[in-house]
Amino acid sequence: MEVKYALDTFYLLMSGALVMIMALGFAMLEAGLVRAKNTTEILTKNVSLYALACIMYMLVGYDLMYSSPEGGFIPNFGSMFSFMFNTTGVDHTVEALKAGTAGTYAKSADFFFQVVFVATAMSIVSGAVAERMKLWAFLAFAVVMTGFIYPIQGYWKWGSGFLNTLGFADFAGSGVVHMAGAAAALAGVLLLGARKGKYGKDGQVLAIPGANLPLATLGTMILWFGWFGFNGGSQLIVSTVGDANAVAMIFVNTNMAAAGGLVATTIISRLLFGKADLTMILNGALAGLVAITAEPSTPSALSATLIGFAGGSLVIFSILAFDKLKLDDPVGAISVHGVVGMWGLLAVPFTNSSATFVNQLIGIVVIFSWVFITSLITWFVIKLVMGLRISAEEEYEGADLSECGMEAYPEFTNTTK
Amino acid sequence: MKMVTAIIKPFKLDDVREALSDIGIQGITVTEVKGFGRQKGHTELYRGAEYVVDFLPKVKIEVAIADDLLDQTLDAISKSANTGKIGDGKIFVFGIDQVIRIRTGESGEDAL
Repeated sequence: MEVKYALDTFYLLMSGALVMIMALGFAMLEAGLVRAKNTTEILTKNVSLYALACIMYMLVGYDLMYSSPEGGFIPNFGSMFSFMFNTTGVDHTVEALKAGTAGTYAKSADFFFQVVFVATAMSIVSGAVAERMKLWAFLAFAVVMTGFIYPIQGYWKWGSGFLNTLGFADFAGSGVVHMAGAAAALAGVLLLGARKGKYGKDGQVLAIPGANLPLATLGTMILWFGWFGFNGGSQLIVSTVGDANAVAMIFVNTNMAAAGGLVATTIISRLLFGKADLTMILNGALAGLVAITAEPSTPSALSATLIGFAGGSLVIFSILAFDKLKLDDPVGAISVHGVVGMWGLLAVPFTNSSATFVNQLIGIVVIFSWVFITSLITWFVIKLVMGLRISAEEEYEGADLSECGMEAYPEFTNTTK
Repeated sequence: MKMVTAIIKPFKLDDVREALSDIGIQGITVTEVKGFGRQKGHTELYRGAEYVVDFLPKVKIEVAIADDLLDQTLDAISKSANTGKIGDGKIFVFGIDQVIRIRTGESGEDAL
């Protein structure tokens, strides 16, 4: 029994560490898809949001998400500021384990596994608002998002709130993490506007090519790698035959869905544009991963591939449609995580008979509305207080200089004044 | 003394360097440049949106030579850089007033 406890705790911690490296994946993907003059700023945003997410989740987020009444709608605000004081003394003991009153893994392992998911949701936002948002406006939003907006809807599902009671199914977070991040991003993009030069006078869509496709590819493959922790770890337990089998299936399906999504975008971009557009192909792999995240354990490998393939097919048309609407999303985050996140949630009933389309739709509407509306209000307040957007001149010079005072690739410099 | 400046296709650089070595040229200066001529630019595609690349990458070679090597040099570059397709580039010839080797202070053709 003690070995089981140790094994499951270890599994959860290592899965969490895998998810943590997804923060690097997002940082590299976004650094690759923006122009060189915005590289330092996007990297600063990515590392800062990760650290902020960890701190906010420790202060209030974790308590709101997991110490609130079962089946409820309003979280227990009185529980805030309690996890932060926990030491090993409050964790499960051998006696409690033997008496059967303890959990199957350490509480702090649970916190660690959950905190890296918050950071993932926030990372999604940074790509969509890249190249034109003020650094400090973004960080202010990150505080509200990771401390309150995310944990409250997380409580509704994973903290045993009303969506969970209803029967809404979201295994590893197509909705709670990915669609939530995308909804916050969409609200930000609406208030922020498009990058200068993205749309022409007659409404034509102009290209703003990313600076470094090797980095974008590296980031995508890191995300793919980290996703094994994201989905695999969400089984939470690996110490029984049933759970071990489920984890193995989740690894297989997660991988297959990414492959399916990637192949879909490769074929479709060839058909639509006549060329294999790498940036779309990378989005395709991520779309496959997002699509399978809502239910990676029940599909067969073939079903998982098809779910990913459909996600990849969806993502190209979604990216083109958002551009038609003049909603500028430099990395395609809203399409990859939002539109495909919805598809992933709707695909659950195909392979999991305990889920229904009606419940999935309710979950989508509830989570999307909550995150979108609260984000819109938050972005709006930030806009009033400090403004969201850097000036046109700063945007031309690059956010690296205006926000961070340094370039990513300095040339012709010397250290004298 | 002459300065020969040639704009060529980047993938022909090795061939041109070899051809110049073969006729005894001691040194050249190479710069990566961008520009357009009759070849004009071309369109590329990014996330479904076409964009025009107006300036194409080329390589600029500069060779300083004695007058009697001029014809051989022009011939070597013309032949080695030629693909017969549009965009092969151009050669410009200038006179040189003075040349000085910084290390020794030699000047004129001795410094070439």
